[in-house]
Amino acid sequence: MTVVTDKDTTIEATPKPKEVRRRRDGTEKASWFVRIAVLIIVLMWTLPTLGLFVNSFRPSVESSTTGWWTSLLDPFSTDWTLSNYVNVLTSGGMFDALINSLIVAIPATVIPITLAAFAAFGFAWLRFRGRGLLFGVLVGLLVVPLQLSLVPLLQIYQGTGLTGSFVGIWLAHTGFGLPLAVFLLYGFISQLPQDIFESAYIDGASPYTAFTKLVLPLSVPALASFAIFQFLWVWNDFLVALVFLGTSSDVAVLPIELASIVGSRGEAYHLLTAAAFVSMVIPLVMFLALQRYFVRGLLSGSVKG
Amino acid sequence: MDTMTSNHRVMSIARAIVLMATTLAALWLGLNFLSQETILEGLPPNASKLVQALIAIVLGVAGIWALFYAGNTMLEAFPAKARDTLRPYLFVLPAVAVVGLYLIYPTVGTVVTSFTDIPEGESFFYNYADAFTDQEVLLNLRNNMIWLLIAPAASVVIGLAFAGLVDRIRLESLAKSFVFMPLAISFVGAAVIWQFVYAWKPPGQPQIGTLNAFWVGAGEILVGMGILTEIEPIPWLQVIPVNTLALIAIMVWLQVGFAMVVLSAAIKGVPSDLTEAARIDGANERQIFFRITIPSIRGALLVVYTTIAIAVLKVFDLIFVTTGGNLDTSVIAVRMYQEMFRFRNFGAATTMAVILLVAVIPIMFVNIRNLRRQGIGA
Repeated sequence: MTVVTDKDTTIEATPKPKEVRRRRDGTEKASWFVRIAVLIIVLMWTLPTLGLFVNSFRPSVESSTTGWWTSLLDPFSTDWTLSNYVNVLTSGGMFDALINSLIVAIPATVIPITLAAFAAFGFAWLRFRGRGLLFGVLVGLLVVPLQLSLVPLLQIYQGTGLTGSFVGIWLAHTGFGLPLAVFLLYGFISQLPQDIFESAYIDGASPYTAFTKLVLPLSVPALASFAIFQFLWVWNDFLVALVFLGTSSDVAVLPIELASIVGSRGEAYHLLTAAAFVSMVIPLVMFLALQRYFVRGLLSGSVKG
Repeated sequence: MDTMTSNHRVMSIARAIVLMATTLAALWLGLNFLSQETILEGLPPNASKLVQALIAIVLGVAGIWALFYAGNTMLEAFPAKARDTLRPYLFVLPAVAVVGLYLIYPTVGTVVTSFTDIPEGESFFYNYADAFTDQEVLLNLRNNMIWLLIAPAASVVIGLAFAGLVDRIRLESLAKSFVFMPLAISFVGAAVIWQFVYAWKPPGQPQIGTLNAFWVGAGEILVGMGILTEIEPIPWLQVIPVNTLALIAIMVWLQVGFAMVVLSAAIKGVPSDLTEAARIDGANERQIFFRITIPSIRGALLVVYTTIAIAVLKVFDLIFVTTGGNLDTSVIAVRMYQEMFRFRNFGAATTMAVILLVAVIPIMFVNIRNLRRQGIGA
């Protein structure tokens, strides 16, 4: 990993007084130009989300007639309300969609990680015929955009009744996530020191035990990075859910439900804001709580096909 | 290890088979139970939904582990030699099988379908000839090109500029968090967020969209100064060709965070001897940035550029949810979806997918080769 957050670099850097020298030696002090440029970009990257957030607490009469900033400039004449959230979670399909998203995303994260961890261990530490070829094919599939799979899979799914079932979408996300998962976990697991396996085997452990008792605990950083990436990918996915799971309310996930509110926004403009935030709350909480793993996971997952 | 008596072996084989059969049966029953219309009739709907969620999640998560455990128990029942030969396949084959079913078979199927799902008596290239002479498909390809030309370059330039600038301010990680945050948001969520940026009200009414408020506000100042004669709000997502640019802006907004984080890390990795030496030689900050920093991080720049380019080629949700591909905004991936579901024309749909694959592969190769060199992700 050359990908590092600030703390990593200060750890790696030679023991110069951290950050201080670079910033205090005259030329380094940020000029007003730099500060203002940074501020402008930060504002451009925050205002759209902030606008939505503010609007989600305004009654529909206000959000459809005046800009969100009027409420910030004059906070006391605004009728701040939670009713948009209450409405969205009690009447529309948003509550069910939230639960459906959890039903889809948790197994669709655990299943590919499990399969990939087993496979990565097999490729890295077990010898068998066809090893190089199988590994090459598996990782080579990283180049295939998932659009290539849609038509034939849809035909299979319609033939077997897997369309609209949770198992169907777990497996679809598993298939689409596996090449990357194997690629990433192999990179980590193959670098584990060989001695730990030797001593385990001398003690009579089977490779299965060595895998579950040694490899998995040691691989937690890599597993966590991929888990965050895959969870987020599945959580935010629209296309795979649209094709294999569909839009009926007993299975629709958050992006599907949100998109359907967008379609009918004539009467539901104010609900749209709250619904959008309901769909974002878990990714945003993960982002705030696990920022380091989160960055790493997103970066390592950026090549997903 | 092979000292167990034949009696023992029979016992352990039987136990393994029973375990595997029980696991499969339990999964089968559980999944059937899940697919029922109402899970628990007595409960209020929300509670019933929660119970369903719990069952589904436990089933999915525990199921996969139970399968591996049962598989291993079966393996252990074999004699030592067979066990060692078979073991790697227990670890590797499940993943290979899923990938075979979900990627290899369909990819081959898609390519074959694109040549064979044709009207009778036509040549194998019918779908491709049809695609490349269809005005709409050509328009979609042109839009993909516009996206490809603007979005990755804009994301890299803004990300690089921000990474270079933020390196010198005190609240660096806070500022970076703000720019990175959109990466956690779905395309659909982003589409909703930006609907409120691009919202349009007729002239004279107060604008509720952030962009039109700025646009009209700034315009009115210019009108007041006599530079402009009038200013009109713009329906950004309806006016061709502004709408495509407005959609690209959303993509850039989502991707800059990724570019910024990778490039920021790369910038910090540039050896300080180099920049110090240049500084002693009298180079100013801008010269250092353009002559030393940028050449030193060109590998990272290429990775970021190609990664975003691939995401951009496959763009679908953003357009599908905002304009539905109308008003000249459609791209190949949207077209493919419409061929698939609206027209049920699988020949044309698979042809679109193959075009996408052909476009993505060269970029992907550059990307993976560079990723290896950069060490990102491995």
